[in-house]
Amino acid sequence: MLRRTFIAAAVAAAALAALPHTASAADRFITVASTTSTEDSGLFKYLLPLFTAKTGVEVRVVSKGTGQAIDMARRGDADVLLVHHKPSEEKFVAEGFGVKRLPVMYNDFVVVGPKADPAGIKGLKDVSKALARVAGAKAPFVSRGDDSGTHKAEQTLWKAAGIDPAAAPGGWYKALGQGMGATLNAAAAMDAYTVADRGTWLSFKNRAGLDVVVEGDQRLFNQYGVILANPQKFPHVKAAEGQAFIDWLVSSDGQKAIADFKINGDRLFFPNANEPGA
Amino acid sequence: MHEFAAAFATALRLIGTLDPDLVEIVGLSLRVSLSAVLAAALVGLPLGAALAAFRFPGRRVVVVALNAMMGLPPVVVGLVLYLLLSRSGPFGALGLLFTPTAMIAAQAVLITPIVAALTRQTVEDLLVEYDDLLRVLGTGPFHTIATLLMEARVSLATTVLAGFGRASAEVGAVMIVGGNIDHVTRVMTTAIALETSKGDLPLALGLGLILIVLSLAVNAAVSIIRDSARGSFV
Repeated sequence: MLRRTFIAAAVAAAALAALPHTASAADRFITVASTTSTEDSGLFKYLLPLFTAKTGVEVRVVSKGTGQAIDMARRGDADVLLVHHKPSEEKFVAEGFGVKRLPVMYNDFVVVGPKADPAGIKGLKDVSKALARVAGAKAPFVSRGDDSGTHKAEQTLWKAAGIDPAAAPGGWYKALGQGMGATLNAAAAMDAYTVADRGTWLSFKNRAGLDVVVEGDQRLFNQYGVILANPQKFPHVKAAEGQAFIDWLVSSDGQKAIADFKINGDRLFFPNANEPGA
Repeated sequence: MHEFAAAFATALRLIGTLDPDLVEIVGLSLRVSLSAVLAAALVGLPLGAALAAFRFPGRRVVVVALNAMMGLPPVVVGLVLYLLLSRSGPFGALGLLFTPTAMIAAQAVLITPIVAALTRQTVEDLLVEYDDLLRVLGTGPFHTIATLLMEARVSLATTVLAGFGRASAEVGAVMIVGGNIDHVTRVMTTAIALETSKGDLPLALGLGLILIVLSLAVNAAVSIIRDSARGSFV
């Protein structure tokens, strides 16, 4: 009886081992820490197979908010960092965690809100003025609240309007601590305003009553940068393959691939690796 | 309401066309959860039986602690394991972060206490009958545990299934230690979380339906095996 059980368990273990395996650790791959905006918009699903086909290097993306991605890279858990908050990126390099920051592509942020537009900001060109109206009307507003690039950009806009929304009374400002998709889901369900990156917005499928209300302000510009983790600080980093990925992203092939990524004819990201000050 | 109908249609389409992404994700989910259950059973079953059968100082503390660990928050387990497996952590050199192995470890940590605690209770109830017999026969510790587990195997099957259910339903821990990497560490639950995040609610719900059907299938299979072993077909 006992022996039969042991044999059955051994067979089960063997069967488990035979189940389809995903790529083994021996395959060539790099780990990229990136943001939810690049993942949720579908950019990576489109872009990465092109790189892998060309070089045979698999790209494994772990997508979190910018703050979390940078933290992950600081621990040495990523070979390449691709995020969208230039001050944080430059600090990362200055502190010796990264080799060099290169611009890759940009898009913009938009303010989305309910079609009913209770704060009356639709069509405004000045985003800080629009946010001031939202605060004045105490209209529901949801924030990423997760230290991401989008969150940091949103905080900069509130500061430019001279408002501290977290301290404002009335409970209209809600910090969720979630990614862009989850925040948009919440905004859709609550009929609230929020700041989103255009890439995630264009590919988001649960818009309910939401639509873009404010866009085009210079301050809504959203630049993405890419950095190789410093192999001197982290000896295990796959510097050669990581650099190959960065080189491809800023090359004409990579930049064209980024430009070709469209949803319903709309381009989500605009390549600008050749802009020195980006 | 239309999301539920769309979800149903999506689930049928994915299954019917044997969508390759779905097959890959289901395969990985089964591999991770079944491996975790196997590990948890190998540790938890003897541990639970031993706790029930033997007396030692501090036993009550261990029993209470084990019961409490059934409520370990998955996201905390994930976070602790992440810090341990991170390159700047003590086990970073193993390079296990963001691999299925890390996910198996996380789920095993979560369900071993469940298996052990429930086994202890089951075997304790059994000992009411068997205690005297085992004492008279003077069986050694190994044979005691083996005998008790064998006698309780029908009830323990349910315990193991409870562990499997908990493992395959888990998303917090595997998301953190696995990273939800496409084609590498994306399982059913993390895929559902991602599709929800992209606003594709019918697809997320459809995947959820498939996950439930999968769980039903596993439980049905165990039930059939159990009944055929007993010689009855219900």
